[in-house]
Amino acid sequence: MKEIILKVKEIPEIGMEAENISPDIFAGENLEGIENLRVYVGSRKERLKKFFGVEGKKAEKPEDLKIVIKGNVSRVKRIGQGMSAGEILIKGDAGMHLGSRMKGGKITTEGNVGSWTGMEMSGGKITIEGNAGNFVGSAYRGNYKGMNGGEILIQGDAGSNIGACMTNGKITIKGNADQFVGVRMQGGLILLEGNVDSRAGAEMMKGIIVIEGSVKEMLPSFMEKGEVEKIKANGEEIKGKFTEYMGDLAEGGDGRVYVKS
Amino acid sequence: MNKDIIIRNGTVYDPINGISGEKKDIFISRGKIVEKLKGKDVRVINASGKVVMPSGVDVHSHIAGGKVNMGRLFRPEDSIRREISAVNGLRSGTGFSVPSTFITGYMYAKMGYTLANEPAVPPLKARHTHEEFNDTPMIDQLGLLLLGNNQQLIEYIAKGDREFLSSWVAFMLNSTKTYGIKAVNPGGTLAWGWGKNVLSLNDEVPYFNVTPREIIENLIRICEKLKLPHPLHIHLNNLGNPGNYETTMASLKFSPMHITHMQFNSYGGDSWKNFCSEAEKIANKINKREKITVDMGQVVFGDTTTMTADAPFEYHLSSLNKMKWNNADVEDETGGGIVPYIYREKSPVNAVQWAVGLEIALHINDPWRVFMTTDHPNAAPFIYYPRIIAWLMSRKYREETLEKCHRWAAERTTLASLDRELSLEEIAIMTRAGPAKRLGLDSSLSEGSEASIAIYDLNPEENDGERIEKAFSSAAYTIKEGDIVVKDGKVVKEVQGKTFWVKSKVEKDLKKDIEERFLYYTINPENYEVGLEYLPRGMEITTK
Repeated sequence: MKEIILKVKEIPEIGMEAENISPDIFAGENLEGIENLRVYVGSRKERLKKFFGVEGKKAEKPEDLKIVIKGNVSRVKRIGQGMSAGEILIKGDAGMHLGSRMKGGKITTEGNVGSWTGMEMSGGKITIEGNAGNFVGSAYRGNYKGMNGGEILIQGDAGSNIGACMTNGKITIKGNADQFVGVRMQGGLILLEGNVDSRAGAEMMKGIIVIEGSVKEMLPSFMEKGEVEKIKANGEEIKGKFTEYMGDLAEGGDGRVYVKS
Repeated sequence: MNKDIIIRNGTVYDPINGISGEKKDIFISRGKIVEKLKGKDVRVINASGKVVMPSGVDVHSHIAGGKVNMGRLFRPEDSIRREISAVNGLRSGTGFSVPSTFITGYMYAKMGYTLANEPAVPPLKARHTHEEFNDTPMIDQLGLLLLGNNQQLIEYIAKGDREFLSSWVAFMLNSTKTYGIKAVNPGGTLAWGWGKNVLSLNDEVPYFNVTPREIIENLIRICEKLKLPHPLHIHLNNLGNPGNYETTMASLKFSPMHITHMQFNSYGGDSWKNFCSEAEKIANKINKREKITVDMGQVVFGDTTTMTADAPFEYHLSSLNKMKWNNADVEDETGGGIVPYIYREKSPVNAVQWAVGLEIALHINDPWRVFMTTDHPNAAPFIYYPRIIAWLMSRKYREETLEKCHRWAAERTTLASLDRELSLEEIAIMTRAGPAKRLGLDSSLSEGSEASIAIYDLNPEENDGERIEKAFSSAAYTIKEGDIVVKDGKVVKEVQGKTFWVKSKVEKDLKKDIEERFLYYTINPENYEVGLEYLPRGMEITTK
């Protein structure tokens, strides 16, 4: 696997849209080609080289390419947007829309990420070693289908509306999550190892939310079905004693929320 | 001043003058069509092997106003489906089924259209509608006023006060600078205020005790009394429901009128399980009713936005497709709703709906009485017109789609048995001459007519659906009032269109009634009228 290293020089405070930082776009480009890729700063078009030093070796195909970003890119949006293969490693924090509409490949951040990470993704894996913002793995604003494949792993805490409108795939949160986990969920699995604020699974129609920590309160539109010893979800088995809830009945929903007893 | 233009050797279709496929030169000077050119400084367009027609006229397309704008706000996910950046001095814009104003104008011009009728202007939203008209370049526009559920009118109808009724309509048309009368589910949206609907002509509107039959009869009479250039433009009761063709058949007794998006009102069966087409029966009846015209409301598969002043219908639709729903109430005047909708080939009901639209167009014999629309954006965005033209002109092309559809489209409609293929002349009638004539406007290549012309890179004998669709998607030239505005499918010049409106005579003194009614309005009568400053290119049409 060939590596391209992007070293942050200075990121303007206004933030940057950089959907061109993706193995699919970098593949086949030499260093000069990459340096001259377009980024937007506000409505201004700029070249990538103004903000990043570029080093490394060219790869012909995205699956042979690993992009390593050194430095804080928390004001850079859309890194890895729509990528289909290859790898991105961010040695720092990343901004909004990281890996949104991603189809394959791998993204790892050693720091925190902003909101909309993995929005509407359909394949691949995103690993976040820090904390995540809101709307991870969700649908775009107004859209009705969120993440429908792939995997997101958050080692830290997550914000609100995680997995909104999710239809397939898996989100794992090792830390705690805010309100509205799995809102309008239609499939897939959200596994929470920490604690969850209220309104988990609001308006969910299908899919599974497993909460291994505590939940602040369940919505009254969920019906308690009793206790289970193991859960089968997304082809895996989760063992332990859980209370099973069905809902959201306000939507005629058939989703399941399991809370550790 | 623009150069004079000669369009040489094109194959010309000009239905209003009975010209069908003749090789002919067209001369343009000072924005008008002329018989001969004098000067030598002339731009020559070689249209040899190309088709020349008057520019397109859309009789029914929701492109401006409160509900369209709410659709844009309501669907950010639609907005990112098309993003057009500002190039060559043009404006940027976004949106697929509910595009923003500037790109709406550009997209129409690219297809060779230069006029669109916004068929549903709530009186209180007229100012907003005109503001959007002004920001929609390239096309001439006009608006029809929503009056089928107006409380003041319904009260006059209940009292049988005919004189005041027509004066009030004239006052409203003058105040809003609109062109004619539209009725949407007459009585139904008013009943929705009580959580109810009216499904047949004889259902009573709660509280007012008036029936849709009385509303329709009165509005038709007013159109005639005020001598409006366009007859009552009506969205019938019971739209979108299985078995609604019975309501439609009963409504076909009224005339003259223009029934819009006929496709949504031609369904048989009594539930979604035995849902089927009754388009043939409806079309046969329309064939006998000479003063009725219709437009198709053709479904094209994909994701779109439904929006209508038929508020109870939208509530019903959102409960069927479980998507988001917007409901609006426009004070004493009307209401409306918006729901996103995805038409799917594999959905049995959607497949039948797709076939019904084409059946309507193919079963009605006289192209002067059936116009091509998608009820943009309800059945599909207007950008699909070229595909519908291709379906109508090529049996093979529509059968390719039919094969992909759920089997109900073949089993429960007559589409598979229809071998009629429309000619270019018939298409020219359905997409320009016919709707223009019905709107009381010109769309011809007569001497002295405004030079608004579309030239398509199409062999007149072409029978291949894909090539027909491609040619109509991207006009070789669109000329608007003598200006070349589109060349090779690209907008090359932005121009401002005109706004047509009708000035009518208010016979009765409405002072007292206005004072009383406006007690219930949120604005004063003094602020109600849309001033002429909102119509920088207003074209006043005075009725006698």
